[in-house]
Amino acid sequence: MFSRDNWKEIFQTIQKNKLRTFLSGFTVALGILIFVVLFGFGNGLINTFDDFFGDDATNVLFVFTGRTTMPYKGYKSNRNIEFENSDLDDIEKNFPFYLDYISPRIIRQDTVKYKNESNSYSTWAVAPSHQFAEMTIMMKGRYLNELDIENKTKNAVIGRLVEQDLFGTKNSVGKYIDVGGVAYKVIGVFQDDGGDREERNIFIPYTTKQLLDKNTDKIDAIVLGFKPELGYAGAMAFDKGVDEFLREKKYISPQDQNGIFIRNVADQLKQNQQFARVLQMIVSFVAFGTIIAGIIGISNIMVFVVKERTKELGIRKALGATPKAVIGTILLESVFITTVSGFVGMLIGIAILSSMGEKLKDFFITNPFIDTGTAVFATVLLIIFGGIAGYIPARKAARIKPIVALRDE
Amino acid sequence: MIEIKDLHKSYKMGTNTLHVLKGLNFTIAEGELVAIMGSSGSGKSTLLNILGMLDELDEGSYTLDGVPIKNLNETKAANYRNKFLGFVFQSFNLINYKNAMENVALPLYYQKVPRKEREERALKYLTQVGLKEWATHLPNELSGGQKQRVAIARAMAAEPKVLLADEPTGALDSTTSYEVMDLIQKINDDGNTILIVTHEEDIAHMCKRIVQLKDGIIVEDKFVEQVRASQYV
Ligand SMILES: Nc1ncnc2c1ncn2[C@@H]1O[C@H](COP(=O)(O)OP(=O)(O)OP(=O)(O)O)[C@@H](O)[C@H]1O
Ligand SMILES: [Mg+2]
Repeated sequence: MFSRDNWKEIFQTIQKNKLRTFLSGFTVALGILIFVVLFGFGNGLINTFDDFFGDDATNVLFVFTGRTTMPYKGYKSNRNIEFENSDLDDIEKNFPFYLDYISPRIIRQDTVKYKNESNSYSTWAVAPSHQFAEMTIMMKGRYLNELDIENKTKNAVIGRLVEQDLFGTKNSVGKYIDVGGVAYKVIGVFQDDGGDREERNIFIPYTTKQLLDKNTDKIDAIVLGFKPELGYAGAMAFDKGVDEFLREKKYISPQDQNGIFIRNVADQLKQNQQFARVLQMIVSFVAFGTIIAGIIGISNIMVFVVKERTKELGIRKALGATPKAVIGTILLESVFITTVSGFVGMLIGIAILSSMGEKLKDFFITNPFIDTGTAVFATVLLIIFGGIAGYIPARKAARIKPIVALRDE
Repeated sequence: MIEIKDLHKSYKMGTNTLHVLKGLNFTIAEGELVAIMGSSGSGKSTLLNILGMLDELDEGSYTLDGVPIKNLNETKAANYRNKFLGFVFQSFNLINYKNAMENVALPLYYQKVPRKEREERALKYLTQVGLKEWATHLPNELSGGQKQRVAIARAMAAEPKVLLADEPTGALDSTTSYEVMDLIQKINDDGNTILIVTHEEDIAHMCKRIVQLKDGIIVEDKFVEQVRASQYV
């Protein structure tokens, strides 16, 4: 069936019927192209969601305070809730089973100066374990350590872009910077996958900050890392436990929506991943719809092709073409066109996807891609169904009596 | 070579049936050149199509070169058409995107003759019909007479036992018609059996035998003195 003669015959009909070839090829190529691009965009959506969380650890709870809105146990509503250092100890004591690390967090905006350069940055007063929560990567020097906390040292770890802003290409480690009027020694420079904003932060020991703040023991927020092996259910249990414990301790009504907040990254991540997955499913559904549209398109074209060629097929039959030969003539041509244009469409689609990169980040699509398996599968699917679509009218044509086919005009 | 006995054929048109051939009998020996005549609608084409296995008979028998042609499946019929029969149509029926040589070579393609040999043989037959120089031309670059000569070359290329021609000169002027008849006579001279449908007296008399059809039966079947077409060319 695949002799050189047959190919010659196919190439000749393709060459002599360019419009027909172009139309069916174009339909197929477009179908595959749209499929690949849509599917890739679906993956790009998932990438975006992953990116939102990729830079921070996911086994983390962030606990914030606010103002109560309900009276509880004799306490009036509209009470400002604040954390103190003792809360850290209490949580540590009460949740050893869950807790991996704990860090307070006090965030302020400060003007930071080095020589003539000056800029405004977020200074984060934290404990050493905060490094795990934020997945801070050290480029040089070191992060804060327990001694910094104990001795309330004026050491600072600065972001890559802070160093770039203030020091240019020079090394900042060991130099002193002025943070809100206090001199800190730079002990390390970090980078963070979370983007530019996160690389414009400065970390300092929280004890130092508290000392400078009139020796207060207040804390803005608490960061709780839990053991990853606890999984999602463990995260939810820990979330609930901490919530109940702190409400009890701070006299906040269990029903009060304010007063205390817990941001559970694991929970959010799960929800967002589910959302992304649903989106991906919708996109895939639409993408497969285009494949089906492509199949319908090629079917129509094949019906048209066979109709158009009825007379020719009658002539061929009168000259001795067997039904098998007639079907082969039509089918090989259609499979050949679908195969070539299908893979062309696929490659163009892949090329479009890989040229996108981050260009569509504003539309929540990051690095769209399609795995080769899916792309090839869809293409082969279209080829197979294109073949079937061609087979049905081809068989019908092969069955027409030659005398009837010859009469066709 | 050809034997038909009590051949019947009708067409169903809605509720009516049109009885076109009502019991035909004849035998044609090898090497004959037969004209089938009759008025329009008398069933000439119907007969030729049955003989050419493009259509099926309803009743009676048809034997081609000793082979009874009955209840053949499409594949067998295709093979017989290919091996036994050459067809020439009034409207030429050339494939318009194939050049003259490719058209002539097409039956050989279905005989699975290798390409080189196919082209050689196609060229040989084109030479025979005097169109060697036109081998690479497409049908729409040829005149009516040239097209019909290509069609005859194509019908002959498969070296069939019988050549069937349905009004081969019907679309041609008289000079061109005689050229085509000259060619057909020469092919017949080589010993080929040929049947021609025509309603032109002069063409019929260039054959060796005339079968007259009227209302689906043979009213006359006579041998005639052949008029050579070459004298008019
Ligand atoms: N496929 C068909 N369906 C129905 N009727 C048909 C069919 N083919 C032919 N006929 C009818 O059968 C009769 C014989 O037709 P046929 O073509 O054999 O005539 P013919 O002798 O070749 O005429 P002409 O000289 O005009 O070509 C005509 O009345 C025609 O209308
Ligand atoms: Mg006729």
